[in-house]
Amino acid sequence: MDIIRRLAYEEMRTDIPPFRPGDTVKVHVKIRESAEKERIQVFEGVVISRRGSGISETFTVRKISYGVGVERIFPVNSPRIEKIEIVQSGRHNRSKLFYLRNLRGKAMRQKIRNKRTM
Amino acid sequence: MAGINALMGKKIGMTRVFSEDGSSVPVTVLEVGPCVVLQKKTTEKEGYNALQLGYWERPLKRLNKPARGHVAKAGVDTGFRFIREIPVEDPNEFEPGQELTLSDANISQLVDIVSVTKGRGFAGTVKRHGFSRGPMAHGSKHHRAVGSSGMSAYPSRVLKGKRMPGRMGGKRKTVKNSLIVDIRPEENLLLVKGGVAGAINQMVLVYFK
Repeated sequence: MDIIRRLAYEEMRTDIPPFRPGDTVKVHVKIRESAEKERIQVFEGVVISRRGSGISETFTVRKISYGVGVERIFPVNSPRIEKIEIVQSGRHNRSKLFYLRNLRGKAMRQKIRNKRTM
Repeated sequence: MAGINALMGKKIGMTRVFSEDGSSVPVTVLEVGPCVVLQKKTTEKEGYNALQLGYWERPLKRLNKPARGHVAKAGVDTGFRFIREIPVEDPNEFEPGQELTLSDANISQLVDIVSVTKGRGFAGTVKRHGFSRGPMAHGSKHHRAVGSSGMSAYPSRVLKGKRMPGRMGGKRKTVKNSLIVDIRPEENLLLVKGGVAGAINQMVLVYFK
């Protein structure tokens, strides 16, 4: 088991900032257009879930794009992620915010977490 | 010196690695080697060319006297849990007592991995052969039972080879053409894409192609 863990640590990224469900983040994703061309696309939204552990951990980002809810699941340690920016820290009493899927507009706003309530 | 085409190892477990293009690849981690040459089998003496290898050390006091004598003949001061023969073209390129690791192997891109599957005990047809089960509710009394085993008046018997419940698993299985993802001779580690039959710490035979 130790070997597995050691191999996983080798693959894991240390430059990912700590973020939690409820945080609004900008995920800079590398997109390969052709063999040589590569550009970066930003996916901004609310983190509604983090699941798994170690190298297998993933997180779900939800945003409303032209009135349609869009969710993307990223592996936390994926090399396709250029960087993750935390735009705003949210405050929630649960670890999975799937109830946001049923909310619209004003109700979807995130409560802001300040240092004291962390 | 020519390399060896097969080595013994054990299954460590599974994890994932990210490939160059960012996709996640499931890998099985195998510890391969070090194996120790115990005996050379030659055409002159035994009628075929092979090497007898030992893997996974075992204290000498756990061996019986014939086994102790056998390892002593090869000049090794430890016993082995697993002893297997591996075909080679010319056994005289190797010496008894020589330690073989991944760096001695003819590394190829694809490997065949032989191991023993996990034993499932006495399993029914649903698990063992993938038969469909009956409805679990609505008054159905046919859940996971075998069902019909054949025709009626003709042939009035069950055809040979009819798939039925019985012992499942614990059998030698070969995973062919596993892709090598990473190889680390200094740590005796081999990472192959996909699964390998058997439990963790299962002894495996890796054939380089």
